[in-house]
Amino acid sequence: MGEFLHQLASGVALGGVYAIMALALVMIYQATQLINFAQGEMAMFSTYFAWKLIDLGEPYWLAFFATVLVSFIGGVVIERLIVRPFANAPVLASVIVFIGLSLIFNALAGWLYGYSVQSFDSPFTGKPWFGAGYMSAHESGSIVVTLAVLALVYAFFRFTPLGLAMRAAAQNPVSSRLVGVRVGWMLAIGWGLAAAIGSIAGMMAAPIVYLDPNMMGGVLLYAFAGAVLGGIDNPFGAAVGGFAVGVLGNLIGAYLVGDEVKLSVALAIIIAVLVWRPSGLFGRRLVARV
Amino acid sequence: MADAENALSLLVTLAVAVIALAFPFVASGYHIYQGAQVLIFAIAMLGLNLLTGFNGQISLGHGAFFAIGCYGAAILMTKFGLPYWAAIPAASAVCFVAGFLFGFPALRFGGLYLALATFALAVAAPQILSYTGFDAITGGSQGITLAKPQAPIGLKLTSDQWLYLVCLASGAALYWAARNLARGRIGRALIAIRDQPIAAETMGVNAALYKTTCFGVSALYAGVAGGLSAIAVGFVSPESFGLSLSLAFLVGIVVGGLASLGGVLFGALFIEFVPNIADQLSVNFGESAKALPGAIYGALLILVMAAMPTGVAGGARAATNAVMRWLASSRPIEVANDGGADVAAKYEGKGESP
Repeated sequence: MGEFLHQLASGVALGGVYAIMALALVMIYQATQLINFAQGEMAMFSTYFAWKLIDLGEPYWLAFFATVLVSFIGGVVIERLIVRPFANAPVLASVIVFIGLSLIFNALAGWLYGYSVQSFDSPFTGKPWFGAGYMSAHESGSIVVTLAVLALVYAFFRFTPLGLAMRAAAQNPVSSRLVGVRVGWMLAIGWGLAAAIGSIAGMMAAPIVYLDPNMMGGVLLYAFAGAVLGGIDNPFGAAVGGFAVGVLGNLIGAYLVGDEVKLSVALAIIIAVLVWRPSGLFGRRLVARV
Repeated sequence: MADAENALSLLVTLAVAVIALAFPFVASGYHIYQGAQVLIFAIAMLGLNLLTGFNGQISLGHGAFFAIGCYGAAILMTKFGLPYWAAIPAASAVCFVAGFLFGFPALRFGGLYLALATFALAVAAPQILSYTGFDAITGGSQGITLAKPQAPIGLKLTSDQWLYLVCLASGAALYWAARNLARGRIGRALIAIRDQPIAAETMGVNAALYKTTCFGVSALYAGVAGGLSAIAVGFVSPESFGLSLSLAFLVGIVVGGLASLGGVLFGALFIEFVPNIADQLSVNFGESAKALPGAIYGALLILVMAAMPTGVAGGARAATNAVMRWLASSRPIEVANDGGADVAAKYEGKGESP
């Protein structure tokens, strides 16, 4: 029982990371109907940035917020410079560009910081805030950070004029433009937010999966699974899906198939959802307009 | 005008064929091996290009089908004692079925979901292959070692030369098949589904069937390539089939030219030699040169999509057309024809729809 609770708790902690990663994916999906395959590598690169700052002697939380800010700016710049020119291109072109972006970030990280695995210290040390005995201090802290991010994102979109404008731009770009919303900038800010949220996911994942240029491969895969499970057009669903696949992955990995094929669990979840419920648990049903 | 273009393309094909045939008799052992690798990559990319270039479906996981072909052939040869010329077709048939079944659920929901599912497949593939539960069959993380097949008795060829020729013959046959497929009714249906899915269905094209079959055929090509790679390398191991292999195939067809079957040869040369050159550079420049292929791949993917979406093949065609037009400019009566050919060429080489 203790072992089971332990697996459950670390599943929830990992699930939180997947949840905010999935949220970042959904944010871009809602605005552009595209899945950003570079999200993982962008988050990885941000995490290296934080690691470098901490390595230079900055305190953790300063590095944390600086990284979030820089990632936001980076996301906006990427949207403006690289993604924007392909706004009217077919899905294929956009996916190829995203893959290109992910390859570039991966190479850049390897070139700047090397390919050897680095440890990334957690800011949460000592005793865990809750769940002592079943989870580490980092896992409890990571859950708190995740919930805070989810709450902040919800509040931002629900209660601020900018959040409202962004939702409007995503839902109905033409009408939004007519009432004075700068749709292009809303997209750029969406990319910025997704990059910022992704960077938090990276920094929360790094103490668990360690830091190397390929660290986010598995995390991104699970985030995809979470987003698909919850419904890729629904932020709430994506968050729930993220937690769910975190727990599912851990339990199935620990008790059924073994941790060494944990990634296949995500693959199985994605395929199962596509077969039985392609719109996910909370997503809108896909209807093509003829 | 069109005649001139056909003659030119025939000439290029012949020249490539002559060079490819002469290559194993003038090059040294290791270069012949590399040549076989290029042909193997080209075969896999032919399949991927049928799928992505002609049918507009995105697969980020063709490395996994390549792996199925590779492992399938290796297992049939070592565990069941099949000769390679029987093992590779059998393994490719398995790939066809695997591709058909895998494509089936994902295809119904648009290209993005297929990209997602194949991405997941590519990431998970090495783990599945090294899974300890399958150790008895797959050899786990150790992989499987094969004996390289020798040339039939009576032919005075080294093993490398023979393998190269086997790859060349398979490649030529598969190129011919793909070309016929792409130029006929099926090819037109595939392109129609890519560019105007709804109109294509209205015209009576069974999009779901075409798409899944196309995915199956494309997986079959990857399977043949995988099987050939198993005997050419003489060794299969899970680590060679990660996401990077799948992405390299994608890079190859984008650089070579989406919806250009000839372009895959250039794409294959590209993905064979860029990592090679980077390896050589890393001797001088240390570990950071390891980042070079990724950086080049990534930058090229974006640049090609931005500036030259038809890749090298499309660029070459455009250049040829420009020269032709320039030559024809003294004969005004031909200009109209030329315009038509230009539009046709643009349509044929177009990797995108509005």
